[in-house]
Formats: sequence, structure tokens, C-alpha cells
Amino acid sequence: MSESVHAEVHIMKKLLLASAAMLAVAAGSGAVEAKTFVFCSEGSPEGFNPQFYTAGTTFDATSETIFNRLVEFNYGETTLGPGLAESWDISEDGKEYTFHLRQGVKWHTTKDFTPTREFNADDVVFTFMRQLDKNHPFHAVGGASYEYFDSMGLPELITKIEKIDDHTVKFTLKEPEAPFLANLGMDFASILSAEYADQMMQAGTPEKLDNNPVGTGPFQLVAYQKDAVIRYQANPDFWKGKAKIDNLIFAITPDASVRFQKLQAGECHLMTYPNPADLEGMKSDPNINLMQQEGLNIGYLGYNTEKKPFDDAKVRTALTMAIDKAAIIDAVYQGAGTVAKNPIPPTIWSYNEAVEDVPYDTEGAKKLLAEAGFADGFETDIWAMPVQRPYNPNARRMAEMIQSDWAKIGVRANIVSFEWGEYLKRTAAGEHQTLLMGWTGDNGDPDNFLHTLLGCDAVGSANRARWCYKPYDDIVVQAKRVTDQEERTRLYEEAQVIFKEQNPWATIAHSVVFKPMLKSVKGFKIDPFGGHQFYQVDIEE
Amino acid sequence: MLRFFLSRIAVLIPTFLGVTLVAFLFIRLLPGDPVEMMAGERGTSPERHAELMARFGFDRPWWEQYASFLGNVLQGDLGNSIVTKAPVLSEFLTLFPATLELSICAILFAILFGLPAGVLAASRRGTIFDHGVMAATLTGYSMPIFWWGLLLIILFSGILGWTPVSGRIDLLYFFEPVTGFMLIDSLLSDQDGAFMSAFSHLVLPTIVLGTIPLAVIARQTRSAMLEVLSEDYVRTARAKGLPTRRVVGLHAFRNALIPVVTTIGLQTGVLLAGAILTETIFSWPGVGKWLIDSIFRRDYPSVQGGLLLIASVVMIVNLLVDLTYGLIDPRIRHGR
Repeated sequence: MSESVHAEVHIMKKLLLASAAMLAVAAGSGAVEAKTFVFCSEGSPEGFNPQFYTAGTTFDATSETIFNRLVEFNYGETTLGPGLAESWDISEDGKEYTFHLRQGVKWHTTKDFTPTREFNADDVVFTFMRQLDKNHPFHAVGGASYEYFDSMGLPELITKIEKIDDHTVKFTLKEPEAPFLANLGMDFASILSAEYADQMMQAGTPEKLDNNPVGTGPFQLVAYQKDAVIRYQANPDFWKGKAKIDNLIFAITPDASVRFQKLQAGECHLMTYPNPADLEGMKSDPNINLMQQEGLNIGYLGYNTEKKPFDDAKVRTALTMAIDKAAIIDAVYQGAGTVAKNPIPPTIWSYNEAVEDVPYDTEGAKKLLAEAGFADGFETDIWAMPVQRPYNPNARRMAEMIQSDWAKIGVRANIVSFEWGEYLKRTAAGEHQTLLMGWTGDNGDPDNFLHTLLGCDAVGSANRARWCYKPYDDIVVQAKRVTDQEERTRLYEEAQVIFKEQNPWATIAHSVVFKPMLKSVKGFKIDPFGGHQFYQVDIEE
Repeated sequence: MLRFFLSRIAVLIPTFLGVTLVAFLFIRLLPGDPVEMMAGERGTSPERHAELMARFGFDRPWWEQYASFLGNVLQGDLGNSIVTKAPVLSEFLTLFPATLELSICAILFAILFGLPAGVLAASRRGTIFDHGVMAATLTGYSMPIFWWGLLLIILFSGILGWTPVSGRIDLLYFFEPVTGFMLIDSLLSDQDGAFMSAFSHLVLPTIVLGTIPLAVIARQTRSAMLEVLSEDYVRTARAKGLPTRRVVGLHAFRNALIPVVTTIGLQTGVLLAGAILTETIFSWPGVGKWLIDSIFRRDYPSVQGGLLLIASVVMIVNLLVDLTYGLIDPRIRHGR
């Protein structure tokens, strides 16, 4: 038995003992051989109500473990399936969504709350009215703001939420909006208990609703120590059946190299966000299984299409043609990325395979630039963000490479950078000429890239290329209005063709996500949205 | 002694005011704001941005915000974090014991090894031992904390398997915090092996955080001792025929202590700075890591409140150091 395997067995024995002890304490029974899964996470959740926040770290600790939504993304996919709603109907005009709720779903029992009833329509109405209605008694509890709910445009979209009966809820929209269903699968749409809320309000401690969470999900919170550990136990009454593991522990470990050390020492089963430099070591470690998948993201270089000469599609295409993307994948992503030709990643439905990427062709680029009247090139800026992002591990290096590619066609670029907050503010205001930016998808709907980032009404916020092109915009707006999936697919495929003709961005790369775990971990799938789910996970003895 | 004490306290009040102002302005001088950071790539419309800034009260002129901050501080209210919505004071108090425990262990470690090393190096000036101590302390002083921490983890946890990689205690143990000091809580918990687990988790972070203070204390002790050892009264003591141990240990050491104690006091500030990195490497749930996260998120209330509290701790430690001068040197005590 090798040293590390020995260490792992030793630690696992300790963990088994620990989990047995924990379960005995938590459940008041003398359980034996409980399975405890330790996840080395990267940080503390901002809080325990996913309605308030936007960080993946928070969602892992809340919506993915404790809560459920009306509709949920199928495990490891971007497609939607039933959640707390068993089925739903959409009216002909696309404005009314009626959800038929699942029956027999039990709420968690905690030290603050013993439910007297099962999940029903009141909980759904409460969850959404809290976020929607500024006069709702819970709207301002805890100084809350509903970032995601607001930024997805739901306050303007939803006109009415009605309880039809205990197991039926109807949402009425101002106008047809096809991505609405996918929005309800997002973390902020996690369903909270109305009964618990009422009790806490009456007890004068409404903030407990957000701090001591009660959900319907596969795990319930046992204890949390900020920046140290989060402990969960499996919900024995979970409506899909109890999880395979008995206890789930998040060991909060901010440094990536230390997470790797912990994984090697058997102190955790699975870790997040490895250092690219550690990947080789992980691949060669016989005890570690390194899973990988293309991320739901895009890293791009955007042209400020409101400024000359970037208002000319020919110039944009020429500059795009001059960029050696393959070299960038090697040097910046260190192989952990794939060349992007479309503005959406291939894991999203309606991805247009048929689109041909702008070829890397320095001579062709020169010619095109001459045709546009810039035979001698010109001077410009490349803005590079100062931080590592999931879609771009090193923007500075990327900017330098593009700078040298462009120099070959006579375009002299200066690299500009600002502190991250300032960078976001200035690029939203359109101060840049060209910029490096990117996006990680929220809900797997093509609209979340093609309209959110490139639609006319996003100029001034997320549309940092400030590209408002009517033939394109008409299509992506229309695709929001029809609910027929085939029709939507066709429209989005067309939109991608127009995008490629116009090149408001040089699409650079989709990064690859890595998940290192012990070989004993079974049943884990990479969540395309970047979250971590442990319901289906098991540890092999 | 009372007058001495009061005069020190009087100095603290303007210092405290200055600190509140610096803490308040510092975070606002940084570019970007909390709403911008929260929105990320998505961006916010100018109207929504203004609405949220107004909700937090950040749209008012800075002196108005400062006045209300100061007023609240005097009533013991440091405000709520923008991110977690929890009161800043309670977040600080939850995390501070971890930092305090680590810092106390680190400074004890530094004193325990630094003082004797300095005294011995001075009394054996020019020997191999002296050169060895000087070289080792210089190395320790120049060691980047992050690198040093990872190196120790790889060696002692990874290769040798002697110490745990990170955290405060094995996940095996689970009890509610009573004092917040893991060493004490683990004893109170009555769980077998909990104390040893907490202790073994403390070893590497203590060494990492204590290394720089150790080096400074050793070097400071050595030079103070060298100075004192060349004084007339030491020569007199030697001439009287007193044994070297008594001359060095009693006559010289006590007189060399004043600058050393000053150094130890000043090192508390350094410790808290080092704690930020040490806590990040060892996943240590203390205030250093929390403060850094708050700065990144432009969480104004947490940053200004946290800086204020940390500065207060440093001021109190230095006040205590000032008071110990009086104990060591009667001339200071009597104001002569």
C-alpha cells in the first residue's frame, strides 16, 4: 500500500468515525458507517438565501444543496426538467405559465422550525412576491437587494402571480418571453417556506429565514463557521430519495495549491478551481481523477463599434483575421481552452456548427485593412482586465499577444488596464476602443449570451462592444417572443451567422473547467453552470 | 504611575480619531464601488446604480457619511456588511479569536526562540554560533510568507505527513465555539484527541507567522545586548568576579530589554499584517482574510469597521507595552 493511499485510508476511517458521531448528535440516533463527503471549496458563502446573491460560491452552499426550484436543470446538462413543479403549461400567446406542483414534498425540520404542512402554492407565491413586490413585508428584511431577479428583468416582466389552488400557480407576463422558464431554473428562484417566514415574522426574528435556511433540498444545514467549515446532513425525507452520502462537509480552503495538498493528503474528496500549474501533477497522481469539460463561457475581444474605425465591419474582420487564436490557447489557457468561433459555447443548444470562423491570415488581414482605407494601419488601445476570470486566466498576456499580432498588419496598439471595478465602470461607459472581456452563462439559454451581451438595449451595461445592429437585434428579440424551441433554434442559428459577418467581437476561447477528485468518488458530473451538486455523488468503499 | 497611564490614554484619543478618518477615506479612495463590483460583467444601468448607492447611503457627501459613521461608532454600532448583511462587529468578534490565538502563539514562539538566540549570539560574538544566528534570522526576515507557508506544507504535511495541511482542527471534531480559542474550546469539549488535533493544526501557521518577528527580536536582542555588554557597569560586574551567567543574565539582559520590548510591541502590527497571508494559506478563519475579501468587494462598512477594530487592538497592545516599560525601568515609571 503506497504512502498516500495509506494516508487516505487512515483519514477516511477518521471521517467515517466523525460522520457517525455527527449523525448521532444531529439525528439523535446511533447511526453506523455513515458516509461523509468532504468538498474543499474556495470561499465562504455570502449568506444562506440565494435570492440575494450572484456568486457561485454562495449557490453551491445554498441553492444546490438546501433548496429546490420549480424547474431544474438536468444533472450535468443545460436542459430543463421538472423540479418542484411536476409539469407546466404555456398559453398560446406565451404570456401565461401555469405550474402544477409536486405533492408530498416535505420541508426540513430544524431547531427553529417544525413544518406543519408540505410544500404548496403559498410557498411559490411567497418566494416570488418577496422579490417582486416592494411593499411585501419581507422585501426589505435584512437590507436585501435582489440582484439577479432584478437584472434578469423580472420586475418589469411579471405582472401577476396567482395561486389557483394549493397545487397550481399561474405567472402572467407583460409580453411573451421564452427564456422565462430557464430563469426559473436559476439559483435565485429557489423556493422558500412561507410557513417558516410567517412564524419567524411573528416571533420578531424575520432575518432567521435568510440566516438559518429551511429548504426542500437533498441536504440540510447543520452548522456553519465562517471561513472554516459548513456542515450538512442528508435530508432523509428528500422527495427524490435520500442522497447516497450521509454527511456533506465544505472545508473552506481559499488557496488553490493548499486545496491540492489537502486532496493529496486525503483531507477532502473533491476540490474546486485548481491552479493551471498543478494540472500536470494531478494527471500523474494515481489517486486522483481529473475530470474536465468545456465551460459555459466565452472570452472575447470586443470592438467599440461606436468609435471609428471600429464602426466599419471590414476593419473589425481584418483585425480578427490577424489574431492567432491557437497560439493564445497554448500560451494563455495553457491548453485548457478551445478556440471559439461563435459567441455561445458549444454546450448550449442552437450552437451553429456550420458557421465558419474567420481564418488566421495576416496577409488577408492587411488586404482587407487596405480596402477599408487603412493601408498604413492606425493606432488604438487594447483594454485588458487586471483580474483572472474563468473565461480568461491572463488578460494581460492575451493583450500582449494580440498587440504583436496586430503590429504585423501595421496596427499599433497600447495596452490599457484599470483596477477591476473601475474597468467595469469605464468599459460600460464605452471609454475603450477595444477591450478584453467575457461572460459565464446564467441559465443555458442562448438569449443569455446573444441578447444579454449583444442586444441594443444592453448598450451601456453588458453590451460593451456597444453593437446595436438592427437586422441582428430584430432576430434575437423575436427569438425571445416565440416559445417553440425549433423556431427559436433556427432564429439563434441565423443570429450567429449575422454575428460572424459583422464581427463585433473577435471570439477567442471557451475555457475548460477542471475538477480534480479522489478516484473513490463516484457519480459526480461537472455542472455546465459552474456549480457543484452532491446529491448523486457516492464514495466507493 | 497613574499620571503616566493617563497621559498615554490622552494620546490615544486623537490617534483613534485619526484612524477612523483614515479607515473611512482609504476604502473610498480606491477606484470602483460596491455596486459596480456586485454587478460584475453584467453591468448596471446608471439609474439602478444610483438607486443602490442611495440605498446604502453612499450618495451623500463624504463628511456627512463620516459624521454618521463616527456617531454610530461612539454608540458601538459599526454598521452592517453590504455583502453578508450581518453586523460588522459580530462578524469581527466571530473571527477575531482565531487571529488572536494564532498571533499569541506566533509571538510566544518568536520570543521563546528569538530572545535566547539573541542573548547567546551576543555573548558569543564572532563565533560560528553568532554568524549562524545572524544568517538564519536574515533568511527568516527575507522569506516571503506565502512561499514559506507552502514550502512547510509540502514538506511537513505532504511529504512527511507529520502535520495537517490546513484548518484549525480535524473535521472529526465538532463542537460549538465557547471562547473562540480552539485550544481552550477543544479542552472544554471533552472530546478525545481534540486538543492535540487543535495543537497540531497550530504548529505550521505559528512557525510561518512567527518567523519574521523571531528574526527581528533575535537581531534586536543581539544588538541591544552588545551595547549593554560594553557598558562600564558590566565591566565592573565582571571585575567583581561575578559569574558570566549572572552578568549576562541579570545585569546586562534586564537593561537590554527596553528596546526589545519596544520591538515586540511594534511587531504586533506586523503580525496582523502577516496574519492576512498566513490565514489565506492555512485556511485560518481569522480577520485578516475577511478584511482582504471585504476590500476586494468594496464592502465599505466592513473595511472601515474592521480597520478601526484592528487599529484599536494594535493601539491597546502598544499601550500595554508602554506600561511594561514602567515595570522594567523605574525611571520611566517615576517620570524622571
